[in-house]
Amino acid sequence: MNDRESSLVKTFAVPAVIAALSSVGLVAALIGDGALDFLSWLGLGAPIVAVLWALTQRRA
Amino acid sequence: MTMMMRQSTLRAWLFVHKWTSLISTLFLLMLCVTGLPLIFHDEIDAAFGEQQWAPANPGGPLLSYDDILARALENRPGEVPLFMSFDIDRPVVNVTTGLRPSSPESEMHFASFDHTSGALVPPHEPDGGVMHFILQLHTDMFLGLPGMLFLGAMGVLLAASVVSGIVVYAPFMRRHDFGVLRVNRSPRVKWLDYHNLLGVVTVAWVLVVGLTGVINTLATPILDLWKYEALRDLTAQQDAGATAPQQMSSLHDAILRAEAAAPGMTLQFVAFPGGSFSTDRHFAIFLHGETPLTTHLITPVLIDAETGAFDGLRDMPWYAKALSLSKPLHFGDYGRLPLKILWALLDLAAIVILASGVYLWLAKARTLAPIEAPAPMAAE
Repeated sequence: MNDRESSLVKTFAVPAVIAALSSVGLVAALIGDGALDFLSWLGLGAPIVAVLWALTQRRA
Repeated sequence: MTMMMRQSTLRAWLFVHKWTSLISTLFLLMLCVTGLPLIFHDEIDAAFGEQQWAPANPGGPLLSYDDILARALENRPGEVPLFMSFDIDRPVVNVTTGLRPSSPESEMHFASFDHTSGALVPPHEPDGGVMHFILQLHTDMFLGLPGMLFLGAMGVLLAASVVSGIVVYAPFMRRHDFGVLRVNRSPRVKWLDYHNLLGVVTVAWVLVVGLTGVINTLATPILDLWKYEALRDLTAQQDAGATAPQQMSSLHDAILRAEAAAPGMTLQFVAFPGGSFSTDRHFAIFLHGETPLTTHLITPVLIDAETGAFDGLRDMPWYAKALSLSKPLHFGDYGRLPLKILWALLDLAAIVILASGVYLWLAKARTLAPIEAPAPMAAE
């Protein structure tokens, strides 16, 4: 992996995980109720949690 | 040489991001703002349109669909039935009638009946029309099909803006860790950081809501195509002599036959012969599935309205299924109240992204010189 690739991985690692969690959340409640609703809240909560974390921990 | 290429590539992506965003921003802001109350329209309707109605015999036996139909026709003498639909949360059957099967919407009459007694149910109290106004603005800006298609085009620009936004995010963030918010720097740096953070964490949600919104704007042509294909399919199968029914057979039996043909599905809607959702010959009986996924997938069953014979069941074609699945994914109404609250928070994030995007463009135009040029991508 060259510098450019490793810097892209570093830049997009967290956003990619958040996008994956969001996608799980978007689909989960669609395919069922109960536990799957709960999973969808967790998944789509990921972007909100990331913003709250940045607002409290990453202010510079 | 490669560095110049990459700089020019970056400039091209910045150009795409800037212009797809600027053209669509006003409309997207309108969609985000009107969309916010629409997320909670069930709750708002329930709070303002408080209904004290109760069925005559709660839990009692239900009248047959033929009896309800007879009541509806007594209520509108001289008219023919066009549609019948069924409330989800109360035993109420709604019947739409008109002078002719081809009566336009403005000449249709809608009435609701207690399924346990056949008594008329008072119509829903109008909520002052505010939610209806918001929905119409959100759907087509009161411009009908051209308005819908225009908003669909804005959705396509949104998708291009998100994709180009991801590309230009990389050079801006090259020297920073995820989530950096330089709140003590100039307003422009601060809002650039907010814009980048909110933009990158909402990518999946914005793309899904945006693209399903685009599919929803194609509802009219999609439904027209479905109707055209289904009818062509049917007429090809039928004898040339198929005519309008001389005498209607039992609707109740037709519904039971349709339910037997589609086990595990729930009755949603009946279209009577000659109307815009059926053939001249058939009851078109629409049933839907039981899970959040399949509840939006509709199967029409055709029953010969004169003989009562089963005449075919057609699954939706893929493009109609895509439209059906686009609705919940756009509205966020499929995972109870917490999902709606998340939908609203993400919508608010989208509003901040749009507004900060406009601010960054204006601030750059004012200062002319970029304060924070993106780090060259090819610095190696």
